Amino acid sequence: MAVCIAVIAKENYPLYIRSVPSQNELKFHYTVHTSLDVVEEKVSAVGKSLADQRELYLGLLYPTEDYKVYGYVTNSKVKFVIVVDSSNTSLRDNEIRSMFRKLHNSFTDVMCNPFYNPGDPILSKAFNGIVSGMMVQTS
Amino acid sequence: MDQESAAASGGSLISLTDHEQRYYSGLHALCQADAPGKLSSGKVAELFKASQLPPEALHKVTEVCGAKHLGYFGTAQFYIALKLLAAGQSGLPIRLESVSGTDLPLPRFAGLKNEPESRHAAAPPGADPQGSAPGSVARNPADRSTFRHLEASAEKKEPWSPPRSPCSSPPRSPLAYRGYPYSKQRNGVDAQIPYDNKPSSRPGAQLEQHSSPSRYVSKPAVEHPAMARASSIERLNQQATMNYSDDDPWRMTAEQLEYYTNQFKSLQPDLGALILGAVAKNFFTKSKLPIPELSHIWELSDVDRDGALTFTEFCIAFHLIVARKNGYPLPESLPPTLQPGFSQREEEQIPDTPESLEPLIVFEDAEPRSCQVDPSGIGRLEPSVATRKQDLQGESLKQDTSVKRLASSREKSTLQLGAFPERPEPHLELDPQMRTKTRQRSYSSTSIEDAIKKAEEPPTPPPRPQKTHSRASSLDLNKLFQQGAPGVKGGWLLPPALPPRPPTSQVPHFLNVSEQATQAKVQQPNFADFSHFREEEESSVKLEEQGPSSRFGLSSEDLTSASKQDVSGTPHSQAPQKPIRRKYHPESQNLETGPPPPPPPPPPPPAMPFPPPAKPSQKLLSRQKREIQMAIRKNRETNAVLRRLNSELQQQLKVVHKERVTLESQLELLRPLAST
Repeated sequence: MAVCIAVIAKENYPLYIRSVPSQNELKFHYTVHTSLDVVEEKVSAVGKSLADQRELYLGLLYPTEDYKVYGYVTNSKVKFVIVVDSSNTSLRDNEIRSMFRKLHNSFTDVMCNPFYNPGDPILSKAFNGIVSGMMVQTS
Repeated sequence: MDQESAAASGGSLISLTDHEQRYYSGLHALCQADAPGKLSSGKVAELFKASQLPPEALHKVTEVCGAKHLGYFGTAQFYIALKLLAAGQSGLPIRLESVSGTDLPLPRFAGLKNEPESRHAAAPPGADPQGSAPGSVARNPADRSTFRHLEASAEKKEPWSPPRSPCSSPPRSPLAYRGYPYSKQRNGVDAQIPYDNKPSSRPGAQLEQHSSPSRYVSKPAVEHPAMARASSIERLNQQATMNYSDDDPWRMTAEQLEYYTNQFKSLQPDLGALILGAVAKNFFTKSKLPIPELSHIWELSDVDRDGALTFTEFCIAFHLIVARKNGYPLPESLPPTLQPGFSQREEEQIPDTPESLEPLIVFEDAEPRSCQVDPSGIGRLEPSVATRKQDLQGESLKQDTSVKRLASSREKSTLQLGAFPERPEPHLELDPQMRTKTRQRSYSSTSIEDAIKKAEEPPTPPPRPQKTHSRASSLDLNKLFQQGAPGVKGGWLLPPALPPRPPTSQVPHFLNVSEQATQAKVQQPNFADFSHFREEEESSVKLEEQGPSSRFGLSSEDLTSASKQDVSGTPHSQAPQKPIRRKYHPESQNLETGPPPPPPPPPPPPAMPFPPPAKPSQKLLSRQKREIQMAIRKNRETNAVLRRLNSELQQQLKVVHKERVTLESQLELLRPLAST
């Protein structure tokens, strides 16, 4: 269960960002922004060692005492960032991967919509639904 | 008790005039009775608010009419409430006495531009002042919907049947309120969407024959200076037509479907082909709906998520746009009546309710060809219980040859969609797999995906023929091509696949069979596969016999026996489907060449299937064409499958690579420790 989910475009501006509203959203926005550096680092690092293959799932980017940040990059350099609560230790790597996979699938659906211009903020209800399903359920 | 008498008055007290009756029934229909006799309180509340009475008056109305007591608005309560509203608006006290028997003007609801009072003057429609003319025109075309609704609900409400009977005469109950949310929307819209004119004119024409006075009234309406009003009427016509079928705006009528078909053809002449996203975007943008709404409509209607619209998806999208323009809020998910499988379900199921008769008829009319042309196909669907969606695809693919391509591709999509409700489970189990691994981009890929998955497993030795159920048409085609079977209808015939058939003994026969089988197939394409499958099995002796006639004798009996075997063969062939297919494949490969080749792309057009013309050459040519077309299709599908397989393998390779890297790093970490 994520606390914050963000989709960042190739040019490193957010296409979609959503946090659990109970907490300070600005904090999460800032966290996501700083995690982009780590993403870049990982992406370039992987690119150096393995020429043609690149893992889409980047794994844990950035653990702090409060939360953990996971990253995922698509082939078109669109980045997904998930922030989860550190106290939520039950989340395994596989689950995070499946969350990213779902995100990627519904992101592709959004892209397929001819009425969506790449670079626009994502307003799709279906995408919202998927993300809500993944967020921490607060009453 | 007040309330009880109010309830009782439902049958006796309310002596509504004709006008009132129709008006009220229209409003009643508007309030969307969700259970027989019950009206949705939300809509009723809206209605009450629109009457612009103070809230305490509304409470009083609710109380007096008995709804408070009952807890919901039944028809009786609703009618009484309307009368009370009228009374309230004319300044009379809201009491039962005031509504009994007196001549009250009809209740007014805000947002309407027409004067109910003038209507109540009981003048013939033509005499209505022009201000009310649009209202009455709005009434008349919409009458049909209420008329239908009345008929449908007449049996539900016994006490109301007497008052209802006069309604069977050309109804004129106003649907002014129905126009309310709609006219609000149209207020700001001046220009008419050109392409929307057609559906409105068509239902308009239909309705006009129904109520002749409306035609007379529509003239002053048309002369009405406000274009928006005229367009609103047309919209109302259309809306009424939509509502005509059980008040369900999410159900397409025949003329709507016809209109959508014409529009589709204007964009893409081939009804079986896809409309690309960009083309559809331009087209739907003309509707002047806001982009987010169009985006949402797209999400709802692009069911297979491929970025393009099939004919069905296009109809769904168009229908949603039409509904939206008429003021219906967009649903969050696709209503069941609009889902692509719905029409097929209706074709195959027997309607329970009279309401469903209409859409049933609609779709039967719209797709008679699919029914007629595939009587054998559909007939086969029933007996072969285990027929699956992909089988139907293959079948429809094969049966392309007998019909023009246009019709056949539609059949393909309809049959394919039709099988959707039939076989949800196999579809579901395929879908998650595909979704997680790769995005399914084309409907035809499902079968191929399975075929290719087999490719990953090492080909096992002697395949069991009975398990071969030939899911993938490509598999069977391969076999057929090798045997020189042109114009294979084998797609769906293959499921009967080949039950117990000793593989090795047939090997020598296949090649021989091919030539004779071609002759057989030329004349009885539907039974082609059966004939040569069963032939191999039964008669190694007969192979020497020539003569298509003997083949036919075989084929007919093959057919019956094979069909019986179908049911047995296919169920258990479905489960082991995956491992089996690959096993069978090498066998089929063995037929031609010794070593099993690697997972082959569809075989090239065989040289031997077209022996020198011992038979009419035109049939050969057509068969050739068909075969080539099918080969092309198979090629494409296999390409797609191979691509997907490639991507999957790449993924696996990445995973493995990563593991290797981690292991190496661990090793390096340990090495310095070990050395010390």
